[in-house]
Amino acid sequence: MRIGRNNGFFKPLRLLLSVTTLSNPCLNKNRPYFLAVAGLLGLLVFGNASQAAPYLPSSANEVLERLPTLANGSDQELRKLRLSLNNDPQNLALAIRTTNTLIEKARADADPRYYGYAEAAVRYWWKQPQPPSAVLMLRATIRQHRHDFDGALADVHEVLAEEPRNAQAWLTQAVIQGVKGDYGLALNSCMVLKRLSSRLIAATCAANAASLSGKAKPAYQLLKDTLPGTTEVQEQLWALTALAEIAARLGDSGAAETHYLQALAFKQRDVYLLSAYTDFLLDQNRPDQVVALLKDDTRADGLLLRLALAEQMLGSANSAQHIEELKARMAAYRLRGDNIHQREEARINLALLKQPKEALRLALLNWEVQREPWDARLVLEAALAADDFNAAKPVIAWLARSKMEDKVLQQLMEKLEQR
Amino acid sequence: MRYLLIVLLMLLGVTPAHAHKPSDSYLSIEIQQQAIHGQWDIALRDLDYAIGLDDNADGQITWGELQRHHDAVAAYSLARLEIKADAVPCINRTTLHLVDKHSDGAYAVLRFAVLCGAMPRALAIRYRLFFDLDPSHRGLLRLQQAGHAQTAVFSPEQPERTIELATRSSWREFSEFAKEGVWHIWTGYDHILFLISLLLPSVLSRDGKHWQPVMYFRNAFFEVLKVVTAFTVAHSITLSLAVLGLIHLPSRWVESAIAASVLLAALNNIYPLVSKRIWLVAFGFGLIHGLGFASVLNDLGLPDDSLAVALVGFNLGVEAGQFAIVSAFLPLAFLSRHSCYYQRLTLSFGSLLIAAIALFWLLDRSLDMGWTALISVF
Repeated sequence: MRIGRNNGFFKPLRLLLSVTTLSNPCLNKNRPYFLAVAGLLGLLVFGNASQAAPYLPSSANEVLERLPTLANGSDQELRKLRLSLNNDPQNLALAIRTTNTLIEKARADADPRYYGYAEAAVRYWWKQPQPPSAVLMLRATIRQHRHDFDGALADVHEVLAEEPRNAQAWLTQAVIQGVKGDYGLALNSCMVLKRLSSRLIAATCAANAASLSGKAKPAYQLLKDTLPGTTEVQEQLWALTALAEIAARLGDSGAAETHYLQALAFKQRDVYLLSAYTDFLLDQNRPDQVVALLKDDTRADGLLLRLALAEQMLGSANSAQHIEELKARMAAYRLRGDNIHQREEARINLALLKQPKEALRLALLNWEVQREPWDARLVLEAALAADDFNAAKPVIAWLARSKMEDKVLQQLMEKLEQR
Repeated sequence: MRYLLIVLLMLLGVTPAHAHKPSDSYLSIEIQQQAIHGQWDIALRDLDYAIGLDDNADGQITWGELQRHHDAVAAYSLARLEIKADAVPCINRTTLHLVDKHSDGAYAVLRFAVLCGAMPRALAIRYRLFFDLDPSHRGLLRLQQAGHAQTAVFSPEQPERTIELATRSSWREFSEFAKEGVWHIWTGYDHILFLISLLLPSVLSRDGKHWQPVMYFRNAFFEVLKVVTAFTVAHSITLSLAVLGLIHLPSRWVESAIAASVLLAALNNIYPLVSKRIWLVAFGFGLIHGLGFASVLNDLGLPDDSLAVALVGFNLGVEAGQFAIVSAFLPLAFLSRHSCYYQRLTLSFGSLLIAAIALFWLLDRSLDMGWTALISVF
């Protein structure tokens, strides 16, 4: 073994060097020359010290990691549930309760690790040929999160074959059908819900599907009229978010703003709502408000993306660092072979990295899986930026068939058709 | 109703489908000539979820807390990683615990030696870390051998991989050792500084008590050639003898002597005792530097059956690296030999600087004190 050398060793010498340079008369003549040589020497000495590498923390008190915790003590509850489940891993009721708590947590923070923990909690049934309905529902939810929409739909169909009055299954089915762009099927599923769940849930479900297939105005009115009927916070949150989105698509930014603020006033942690609202603000050219909302909220990739977009619009100094961070996160996803982030990756390439060709490629891949307004928008914007009208043609034809009403999409299509 | 609401919550989460990051660990395995080394980066969050690290339950993991759990971390993880060399199980032995930051937080870095009987033709790796706690966890493997990397992803569906190792070829071995040689002379500042100390006066000649710039490039060139050749011959001799096991000196002595050689060479430029036949100095101290090269080569793990290839490769690498440095130095020094900058600043101040660095090294290595201890004395 060699005896260790450390580059930090040179620090006092660097100081000495800088002091001596000031007082040496010979130097004043040769200053640029000297600086060049000193720079070269410095590069040689310090050059290989800058790369990030595993390190040995210098103090036992150094905080390495802050664990995610919820303020409301649900952590404690979760710990107890896990412990009981460890002792009794085949207790279905306990497993379902644990999984539900974990998925709530996953959802609140948009943290995918909890979906994995949730799967582990029901792992005893996960691979059975015919798992209990409750497990099938959880499996559908987790598969849906992983963008395995067909797998999720198969699970839901199995549940509905056994329990045709399972409201949860109908709702899940409606939402997955909506994400896939099958609005007619989604609307049918929502109709069944009318008899099985609260009015507001059925109305929100139906309004979403109808607003995307040519009936945006009546859908908005129906949902707005149904809203006062409940005091249930989560139901109102979902309905208000849907109202805001429909209003924004219709170009009524005043109404959209009102509904977003009504939803935000509930002060519930909701990454989806924050993402939708900040997208709205970005479209309204109000990036400073996005920065104010998100500057300390960067753990979720979707939120970091919107923050970086806002910072870029403002020309902020933080934007470069946040873009690098996003690139690192995307690279980490690619390493594990996940493709559930294609929508975000397309947007990063399009808006942040200015790589329209790559953005278009990703947006088209994503379009094969998801068909929500944003998925269409990314294809159109990327096609416009890449000057590739043909690539957008199938999407434009699809939008015409589904009669989707969306001001932004409309403008994009007009621009593309002028090419 | 409760479940319905939960689903509602989840459904809203469909669109920004991912965030934070799913759990991954980064396993890198490096196959060297005679040894297999592993490095495993495992997220502290995941370790905390599995075995509990946050002793005082304040939601923060400190280095102290992690240190207290080092044995548990190593036992838990390594028990979930089986490596087999041609179907014979290897033993994973922890060598070092470090920390690193990845995009989603801090990771424990576990360095370990993989002890197998003989160098295998194939390595079978079975990975099952965290799969019971989080089936979406993935183990990302990067296996490196002779500058060539292979990657694989471990999942609950595919927990096992067998990786054929590249067969050894003399040429690859030779070039790998040559690369190490170049790398070593470039990053081992002591060898560079020694050589530069000896070469600094080569574009000048001593005229009584003063330095005079040499007239012709030829003179400087032959002076440099003599010094470099002497240094090369000398270190090649001791490098070979040490690698063949004919001489052995404790590394602390060798390293201290190398530091002393740099110190003396630099001081000789300020108070010249030897100004003729510098090549003799280069030869004498070159013998010591050769022993230093040998310890590096030994650390790399020497193949028994192709010792000569490794030795020649490494030595030629060192010479190539040295040649690059000298060919950058000589024209610069020759062109600037008339300027007051060269004599006063480069020769005097530069040598003083080198002497100061060498003195630090000498104290640090001979007394075996950490440099931090030294700095705090001042």
